[in-house]
Amino acid sequence: MEVFDIFLLEAVLNGILLGGLLALLSLGLNLIFGVIDVVWICYAEMIMIGMYAVYALHVQQHWPLLAAMAAGIAFVALLGALMHQFVIRPVLSAEPINQLLVTGGVLFFLQAAATLAFGIEFKNLGVRLPPVSIGEMSFSLPRIIAFMVAVAGVAVTWLFLTRSYLGTAIRAISQDRAIMPLMGVNPDRIFVVTSALGGALAGLSACLLVLQYDIHPAIGLSFGPITFLICVLGGLGNMLGGLAAAFIFAQFISVGGFIFAIEWGYVIAFVFFIAVMFWRPQGLLGGK
Amino acid sequence: MKFLALALLAGTPFYGLGNYLLHLVIMCLLWGYVYTSWSIMGRLGLVSFGHGAFLGIGAYSVVMLWNHFGVSPWIGALAGVVASALVAVIIGLPCFRFKIVGHYFALVTLALSEVTRLVIVALRDQTGGSLGATPNTALAQGNPWSLGALQFSDKIVWFYAILVVWLAGLWVWTKVDRGMTRLALEAISQEEEAAASIGINVTRSKLFVTLISAVMTSIGGVLYAQYQLYINPETVSGIGISLQMVFGVIVGGMFVVLGPTVGAVFTLLLSEGLRLALGDAFKQFPALDLAIYGLMLVLFIIYLPKGILGTATDAWRKHSSARAAARR
Repeated sequence: MEVFDIFLLEAVLNGILLGGLLALLSLGLNLIFGVIDVVWICYAEMIMIGMYAVYALHVQQHWPLLAAMAAGIAFVALLGALMHQFVIRPVLSAEPINQLLVTGGVLFFLQAAATLAFGIEFKNLGVRLPPVSIGEMSFSLPRIIAFMVAVAGVAVTWLFLTRSYLGTAIRAISQDRAIMPLMGVNPDRIFVVTSALGGALAGLSACLLVLQYDIHPAIGLSFGPITFLICVLGGLGNMLGGLAAAFIFAQFISVGGFIFAIEWGYVIAFVFFIAVMFWRPQGLLGGK
Repeated sequence: MKFLALALLAGTPFYGLGNYLLHLVIMCLLWGYVYTSWSIMGRLGLVSFGHGAFLGIGAYSVVMLWNHFGVSPWIGALAGVVASALVAVIIGLPCFRFKIVGHYFALVTLALSEVTRLVIVALRDQTGGSLGATPNTALAQGNPWSLGALQFSDKIVWFYAILVVWLAGLWVWTKVDRGMTRLALEAISQEEEAAASIGINVTRSKLFVTLISAVMTSIGGVLYAQYQLYINPETVSGIGISLQMVFGVIVGGMFVVLGPTVGAVFTLLLSEGLRLALGDAFKQFPALDLAIYGLMLVLFIIYLPKGILGTATDAWRKHSSARAAARR
């Protein structure tokens, strides 16, 4: 029985590590939703593009890994700004569902663009970090790094939003979009900045994911749905709720996957999501 | 006019098109039917990202029951339809009662289609997981068709079967279009509270179209499985195919009866046309059609939100009314 418990503990701790990563994944999407009121269905595909950017610079162009990652983050941030400028802006006043759908078109486009550029073969950085053992439990080092960077990323974003002028303006816009232009805040500029920031967070997530997973054009579909569901579960646009939801989801996936098989972990998490939607449609921490 | 077009279409197998082109026509009709099924609820403001679930339930029920228990696909299809209807009620009823609309409805149904895909993958011992499944063949010893097993080696049989189902789909679409439910749902999608206040039963109206749409989609899944004789979780369930349905309808036009079919024809012709036009180059650029498709979707939603057929119909109407005005 004791052996069982230590593996369960390992699953729980792995769940916490995964939770940190999921929190970072959903943070950018949540930020964009909170401010611009648009769900980017293609958010996970932007992360995928970031992963390919790091791969191309590091493996194909032989840049140092950290430089490649910095460039990757900058690239996805630029992509985010372009996305807003050319795709979202024309539909800002259209029906909300059209805004959701237009980003779905971008999803197909990015997937296809990645396939055209890199083919469908799995790619990886070829960086293999040794696992860390604590007692009888073992954890993957990239996961631990990802957790720490994700927590730091969330903290820095939080500080930016609460302590800087621009961050305050972003939060103000998300609370009342009609009144802020009258207070001298240019919403267009704030939207572009927010999109770029969301893109940068996608880029950061990409740097962490690329250490752990192989890259292929459809990888976005494997963690995209979970990212939206976390945002909705926490209350779309509610960042604190998103954080809580990320850790809850991660536990379902990790512990559920430990007790049954990994797909069942996801099934339990998704069914839990549907059930919570019926119980609290505004999200776990969302206001009425 | 309408009947002439239908007669022309019904004669398709006798134009000497060859198997490949006939297959394309069948696929256009089949996806046209599935997209039509989606648009029955989609056009009334219930944008579902979860129709992959119904397609998958239909396809997998029929193949699993046949392969593991030898149950005839006719009964399997019935089981798939009942299962889809149940799932539609289980998800729809709380969604509509608790007023989950817009983004939230889309995302809840998205979770549903992912749950279906994951369950199919997780039951890999029975379903074959991501490798997919093939119905056991009933066509041994040169037997060209088996009605009981719903397997026909002759594409002509499939052409007529799917043509009939497609026509039935269009008929249901028009029925819903002319019925009271449509008016009720249009009122609901404008202003739900106001609609409820004048005595429209919001939950029941929404559930009604959802059930029709889900059941029709699962029949599409059954036909797909029996025609292709191969299914896999990615092609019949999950987020990819669910989004494809939504976009097919949008490209074609959501508010006209043939719009979804035009969307299906357009998407199939785009990928096949590019394949033919580019020839060998296509092999080097395997996703070029998807890239163009994605780009067109973005442009369509921004510039032609009514789709190809919707825009064309509007233009035609404007043109003829202008002519009528000039004559006067």
